[in-house]
Amino acid sequence: MKTLEELEAIRQKTLARISLRKEDKEEAVRVVIGMATCGIAAGARPVLTAFMEEIDRRHLRNIQVTQTGCVGMCRLEPMVDVITPDGNKVTYVKVNPEKARMIVADHVVNGHPVTEYTIGAAEQQA
Amino acid sequence: MRDLSLHLLDLAENSLRAGAGRISLQLTLGADGALDVVLEDDGCGMEQGLARRAADPFATTRTTRRVGLGLPLAAANAEKTGGYLTLDSVPGQGTKVHIRLMTRHVDCLPLGDLPQTMVSLILTHPEHPDFVLDLHSPRGQARFDTGEIRRVLGPEVGLQEPEVMNYIQHLLTEQCQMVFGGLIS
Ligand SMILES: Nc1ncnc2c1ncn2[C@@H]1O[C@H](COP(=O)(O)OP(=O)(O)OP(=O)(O)O)[C@@H](O)[C@H]1O
Ligand SMILES: [Mg+2]
Repeated sequence: MKTLEELEAIRQKTLARISLRKEDKEEAVRVVIGMATCGIAAGARPVLTAFMEEIDRRHLRNIQVTQTGCVGMCRLEPMVDVITPDGNKVTYVKVNPEKARMIVADHVVNGHPVTEYTIGAAEQQA
Repeated sequence: MRDLSLHLLDLAENSLRAGAGRISLQLTLGADGALDVVLEDDGCGMEQGLARRAADPFATTRTTRRVGLGLPLAAANAEKTGGYLTLDSVPGQGTKVHIRLMTRHVDCLPLGDLPQTMVSLILTHPEHPDFVLDLHSPRGQARFDTGEIRRVLGPEVGLQEPEVMNYIQHLLTEQCQMVFGGLIS
């Protein structure tokens, strides 16, 4: 069983890391996932898990994963916004775990939005 | 909705939207296979009229669409097994949703990944509110409370730190396995 001693050890370790990091909250990339009934039914939770795991695996530290409700485009869920520190927002539609990992690699890490998964591309097809 | 844990994530979203400071989830499995799920929050609550209509798909305070599906879908899945969903809400005080499912009924949804539901809620709301999970079965019981984790971590270390989220996920997985493992799918 996990113990509170273990958690205390994690606290010590994390504290040391945080003081090294000199984190600036403004610099964070935000990943915002739609989590209303429409989003969850379409698979938003495994998408969130994929973002979390990929961010963890790559040891990315200044990424904030948050959520939002229904934006009225239920058939395009799961939808994800990636907001970079420059204030630019890119909206991805019909995201799945595989697309999520690609979005982390190309957009979050390298700064190149994955155009083919964006809402703009989806609207051109329709 | 594919499983119960996704319904619970969805109903907890209602509580978050209601501005809850504490959201508690209690699952009690009886020896007869009846599963009682109680979700309680201290959010804004609902007027009596809305509470009475909330299991109707056309009751929603959303402005992006005219139907609200969370409660009606959960109610339908409970009723399919011979169970039910009831709602108690007091404006300004909070809401309590009680879902009873007969897990031995062929149409009963699987439990799904309850730890992943909790982790999703906590990761996206690291500062507020507190989330509590209480598990009971004939085999034993377990309790998880983000308030307790926060007390150990102190003000500087947030729940969203990857090492902390990992710890939480493992703890919850152990607890679910201990209380429900092999008893319900
Ligand atoms: N815990 C709660 N506290 C306060 N109000 C609630 C709560 N749960 C539900 N409601 C009210 O009941 C309405 C119906 O809820 P329901 O989950 O069925 O649909 P929705 O949340 O509006 O939309 P959807 O779940 O489809 O995304 C909500 O719009 C909200 O006004
Ligand atoms: Mg809802």
